Amino acid sequence: MTNIEIVGVGGQGILTSSQVIGKAAMAKGLDVFMSEVHGMAQRGGVVVTTVKLGEKVYSPLIGDGDADVILGFEPIETYRAISKASEDTWVVTNTAPIVPFTVSTGKQTYPDIGEIYKALDEVTDKFVKMDARKLAIEAGAAITQNIVMVGALTATGVLPMSKEEMLDSVRQSVPERFMEINEKAFLKGFEQI
Amino acid sequence: MKELLDDEPGKKILLLGNEAIVRGAMEAGIGHGSTYPGTPSSEIGNTFEKVAKEYGMYFEYSANEKVALEVGAAAAVSGVRSMVWMKHVGVNVAADALMTLMYCGTRAGLVIVAAGDPSVHSSQNEQDNRYYSLLGNIPMLEPTTPQEAKEMVKHAFDLSEKLELPVLVRTTTRINHARGIVTFGELKPPAKKGHFEKEPGRFVAVPSTAINNHPRLLNHMKEAEPLSEESPFTIEYDGKEPELHIVSSGAGFNYALEAKEVHDLSVKILKLGMTNPFPKDKVSKFIKDAKRVLVVEELEPFLEDKITQIAKEVNPKLEIYGKHTGHFSRLYEYNPDIVMKAISELLELDVKDESLKPKEFSLPTRPPSLCPGCPHRATYYAVKRALGKKEAVFSTDIGCYTLGIQDPMNMADFLLCMGSSVGAAGGFSKNTDQKVFAFLGDSTFFHSGLPALVSGVYNQHDFVYVIMDNRTTAMTGHQPHPGTGITGMGDPAPMLSIENLARGAGVEFVETVDPFDIEKTTEVFRKAIEHPGIAVVIPKHACVLIEEGKIKEPLYVIDKEVCTQCHVCTDKFGCTALVRDGDVVSINATLCIGCGQCAQVCPFDAIIQEVK
Ligand SMILES: Cc1ncc(C[n+]2csc(CCOP(=O)(O)OP(=O)(O)O)c2C)c(N)n1
Ligand code: SF4
Ligand code: SF4
Repeated sequence: MTNIEIVGVGGQGILTSSQVIGKAAMAKGLDVFMSEVHGMAQRGGVVVTTVKLGEKVYSPLIGDGDADVILGFEPIETYRAISKASEDTWVVTNTAPIVPFTVSTGKQTYPDIGEIYKALDEVTDKFVKMDARKLAIEAGAAITQNIVMVGALTATGVLPMSKEEMLDSVRQSVPERFMEINEKAFLKGFEQI
Repeated sequence: MKELLDDEPGKKILLLGNEAIVRGAMEAGIGHGSTYPGTPSSEIGNTFEKVAKEYGMYFEYSANEKVALEVGAAAAVSGVRSMVWMKHVGVNVAADALMTLMYCGTRAGLVIVAAGDPSVHSSQNEQDNRYYSLLGNIPMLEPTTPQEAKEMVKHAFDLSEKLELPVLVRTTTRINHARGIVTFGELKPPAKKGHFEKEPGRFVAVPSTAINNHPRLLNHMKEAEPLSEESPFTIEYDGKEPELHIVSSGAGFNYALEAKEVHDLSVKILKLGMTNPFPKDKVSKFIKDAKRVLVVEELEPFLEDKITQIAKEVNPKLEIYGKHTGHFSRLYEYNPDIVMKAISELLELDVKDESLKPKEFSLPTRPPSLCPGCPHRATYYAVKRALGKKEAVFSTDIGCYTLGIQDPMNMADFLLCMGSSVGAAGGFSKNTDQKVFAFLGDSTFFHSGLPALVSGVYNQHDFVYVIMDNRTTAMTGHQPHPGTGITGMGDPAPMLSIENLARGAGVEFVETVDPFDIEKTTEVFRKAIEHPGIAVVIPKHACVLIEEGKIKEPLYVIDKEVCTQCHVCTDKFGCTALVRDGDVVSINATLCIGCGQCAQVCPFDAIIQEVK
């Protein structure tokens, strides 16, 4: 069983990225069980999506320490999900922060990200960070950062699907006219690991 | 989602539980569907919006759940297979119709999907709707996966016809919003129009019929017992020399099975698919020679209490573990850890916690919030300005505007359920000397705000009734409603006027205003506050996430030269695109949609349109 916990903020394209992974696994003949967030939380709240795949998957949620990958679309959200990781877990994070309104209104503070990275480096060797937003803009559109993340996930080698199989799934999940940009975004992410 | 209409039995597709439910209904030949949206059931309706027409059935968004059920019941007694779905609390609204509908029963299959929300991800409570099956004598099925949800819905139609009773399919968030591989069965053609054969002795619920209908219901439930015993969805998972027996249903079962398979545990599991009537013989047989049984079910001890009862007869020495022994909570949804912990405690397993424990940081919270440019924010701001230093009680309601509870608005003081803002506002106005506001959305107005308005006018309540008309049911995913001029199937509909309804109810003060004009809106509220009796104000501006409300650039920026750092924009208005870094305020260009509201709020005209 391969367990992927995807975390971030409403509006970052997390649902699409999880479906790219799920569809690729299904195309390979694997079982897939995922859980998604629909409804209120999408209004700028925390979004947690789970993708589990393998010969047989029994439930759509991941226990503590049981994730193979935490794919974090936002640095503090990555940290918030860290209990799902063990020393064997890849922790892949986007470094582009999204400041919650509790901070932008001056009521709470956004922690020193450098300190958080240091704390993560102390407990795991499998912590990877990248500016997915920048990479997506380089690929041609900021909205492809979810595909950048999928590219990086693929490069961890944790998935039973090959790079080509994942790329196929990306192609099937995006509109024709954005295909090229998304392929580029995927490859940019893939090169990060 | 047109793929849902493919008539290719055996085809495999990755579906959301809610999409699988739609497919199941179409594999059963559904002819009628009705609902009022509510998380986590909303995507069932969103999916029917896309496929109903092509499939050839009728689908509607009714004004509320009670109406949805009544419409669906009439279809079913006319011989048309029908499905009605709602969130768990929607059943409370429909319950009056439902309890007596059970007495009358149905002819064609009538399936009611009630979607619960343990952990209150998106609800006002986490009530366990399984008790409705006892209260109403409703046959009930509890799916565990999207595939099973599809199969159960299909099966529920047959069951309903066999028993001549509506059947409840009870789901929870981790079924509705889970995605899994679903194998298609045969697609049946939709039910054709029916014909209502009159049978007043059964379908007119007066005392003389109720007196016969009640035993009729109990007899049908008696017939349901063997069907429950033999339910194809009740499955035993064997374990060699089991050290523990587990009985389970719903989402909790998935975690129990996962524990057994992944950790190769010697436990035996009985998964119950049909949980009302309770399959007494099946469970008796399962627990008869067991030493210990663990009951795994989210929320209330629904199965556990039944098992305790049965064990007294068949195995009085049985040790029963669950909520009563503290192994499980009656609160919130479960997960693999919670279930594994209970099992490992009983099997005395040593489960290592391998999770990373990095240095701790205090992280800022990230609650959902009103979108940048949301018209509701402008309305709240205008009310605040109109009130000035005057105190007021804000009786609020359910919708995006409930987020007005947050800083810096803090304009939510009392809320129970949809429509409660209006009745409660009247109660506050009659029993205190405080100024009172009721805030509710357009969809909520049609759902349950209307009868409360009539009651308030009649009883001469005194408050400002604010109907925040953003032209949609935003919170649940932008479904149409009676004021939008479009039906659930995408056809044009009469656009009901909230103004006319309010005037028709006898309200004298009815004013519609565009909240994006903050000055004028404030003026209207000032007048409304002074008006004795009920004053209806309708701030009308489309939600910025729907086509009608889309805003074009240019975006707004803060002229640093002019800004005096007074912080009115961040601390009083609080659009989430305004960022305060120390004393310096700026506008986040990826969040700003260029609505210009903040420019009106700034007392120094420091917020200006960006020149490109
Ligand atoms: C009885 C019941 N049915 C459905 C819901 C789900 N629900 C919450 S708010 C809402 C309607 C929101 O629409 P509206 O009042 O127009 O406000 P908006 O979100 O558009 O601001 C719905 C359907 C609920 N909480 N209770
Ligand atoms: S979805 Fe629409 S109504 Fe809801 S917060 Fe966003 S802009 Fe406001
Ligand atoms: S113009 Fe002002 S109020 Fe409107 S979205 Fe941008 S920052 Fe928010």
